[in-house]
Amino acid sequence: MSMFDFLSYEFMRNALIAGLLASIVCGIVGTLIVVRRIVFIGGGISHASFGGVGLGYYLSIHPLLGALLFSLGSAIGIGLVSKHAKEREDTVIGIFWAAGMAIGIFFVGLTPGYAPDLMSYLFGSIIVVPTSDLWLMLLLDLFVVGVVILLYKELQAISFDEEYATIAGLPVKFLYLLMLCMIAVTVVALIRIVGVILAIALLTIPAAISGKFTYDLKRMMTLSIFLSALFIVIGLWLSFEFPGLRSGATIILVSALAYAITLIAKRFWTKRRSKQLLGHEA
Amino acid sequence: MRMENEVVRLNNVTVSFNGETILKRINFVVREDDYIGIIGPNGGGKTTLLKVILGLVSPDEGEISILGESPEKGRRHIGYVPQFAEFDRAFPISVWDTVLMGRLSQSSPFRRFDEEDKAKAEESLKKVRILGLKDRQMGSLSGGERQRIYIARALTTDPKILLLDEPTASIDVEMEAGFYELLNDLRKNVAIVLVSHDISVISVHVDRIACLNRELYVHDSTEIDADILEKTYKCPVEMIAHGVPHRVLREHTHKSKR
Repeated sequence: MSMFDFLSYEFMRNALIAGLLASIVCGIVGTLIVVRRIVFIGGGISHASFGGVGLGYYLSIHPLLGALLFSLGSAIGIGLVSKHAKEREDTVIGIFWAAGMAIGIFFVGLTPGYAPDLMSYLFGSIIVVPTSDLWLMLLLDLFVVGVVILLYKELQAISFDEEYATIAGLPVKFLYLLMLCMIAVTVVALIRIVGVILAIALLTIPAAISGKFTYDLKRMMTLSIFLSALFIVIGLWLSFEFPGLRSGATIILVSALAYAITLIAKRFWTKRRSKQLLGHEA
Repeated sequence: MRMENEVVRLNNVTVSFNGETILKRINFVVREDDYIGIIGPNGGGKTTLLKVILGLVSPDEGEISILGESPEKGRRHIGYVPQFAEFDRAFPISVWDTVLMGRLSQSSPFRRFDEEDKAKAEESLKKVRILGLKDRQMGSLSGGERQRIYIARALTTDPKILLLDEPTASIDVEMEAGFYELLNDLRKNVAIVLVSHDISVISVHVDRIACLNRELYVHDSTEIDADILEKTYKCPVEMIAHGVPHRVLREHTHKSKR
């Protein structure tokens, strides 16, 4: 069976569209997270969003909408508490992280009956993305892409030099909260693909690899989008070819492997090049 | 109140954090053709003083005016060159984008930098004589080169005042001479205030020196009075003067006066 035969199934087409939509936000926001060094905040927001999944079950509303509510709430919460309450940022993140998960399990427990697809929210299940979720993801994409296009230079400035951005008169606090909200929105777009627990890996790995090849923020975003799409497609294909492989976990393992290979290859290449240079000098 | 050529005025400014006084009743005036060095020990309030002028820290008491306006408004006339100890070398940004950042205050959200912004950025890079570096990544530059980039960024708005925080902190000694030469060129168009703990070097270049250790003592020349130095540094003057004595103090003339 060729690699692309699996495209002939409709659920596969949905899965691919979902993967592509997720890649776009993932590449853009992942890059911002990595260069700003706020990966841990991304982890906190994505785990906290599980509280909304549980609430969604309990109130019988769409779990993704509940997740969006919670991820936005925790993004703003982490931002405000760490900036205004003079609390240590990592402490605040850790509390949001675990409390969100606890709220989720709390409500799942209160909901009568069995929660059949709970695992898919935790670890993703790209094979079963309903078309209605694609529309939601498209909306989330439009928000993130719109903000980045309209406020690119501002986001770049607050990431690189917050103090200077303040002096230049930018609304730095607002922009920072906006950036956290972009993370929140992206996390929700990733839940269908890799779930709340694995989302942080798909956010950071493509950006971390891209950062080794370019020093330009825009190019880093573009390359990250391409890489996350690649990892998602490979993971999806593997889990289709080999039943028993979970799609979410497979995608993350493919990404992690790619990261490891990049590290080793880059190291090897740098060594060889410095040897060649030394050879020339001698 | 404001004199014709005055660009910065601080009246009786006091700042404290958690009950501790950082700046005490500071009176300070910068005129448009000034070239002032502010020296003082670490923790003496130098950086806080700059932040007060920039409106990043508001005083408990006293008034600050930048060209007759509040710091928040008036700071658009200030070119600020930060200390770059915390610079993240891995951050993916080019020299060109860093310099353009200086134009943020003239631009507005939802807009791209326009031709005027780009022309100003190029002009500023030429002024600091490093236009050739414009496509380089910031992390790949030396301390001295990066310092010039930050000055170029500050110049993109045609400021009336240039504020520099510990500008020579991460420059090698060979680069230092060129750096002061550059400031000497720039001062024709802009008032310069620079802050440093390195008194031996700056006193050679600036016109006036102010000593800051919570309180500020301003001098009309670069000859520093031993009493003032002692008050500022709270340690025997000899220790400082012996570094490069003939540069800092003119042959200890005050001793004979006593």
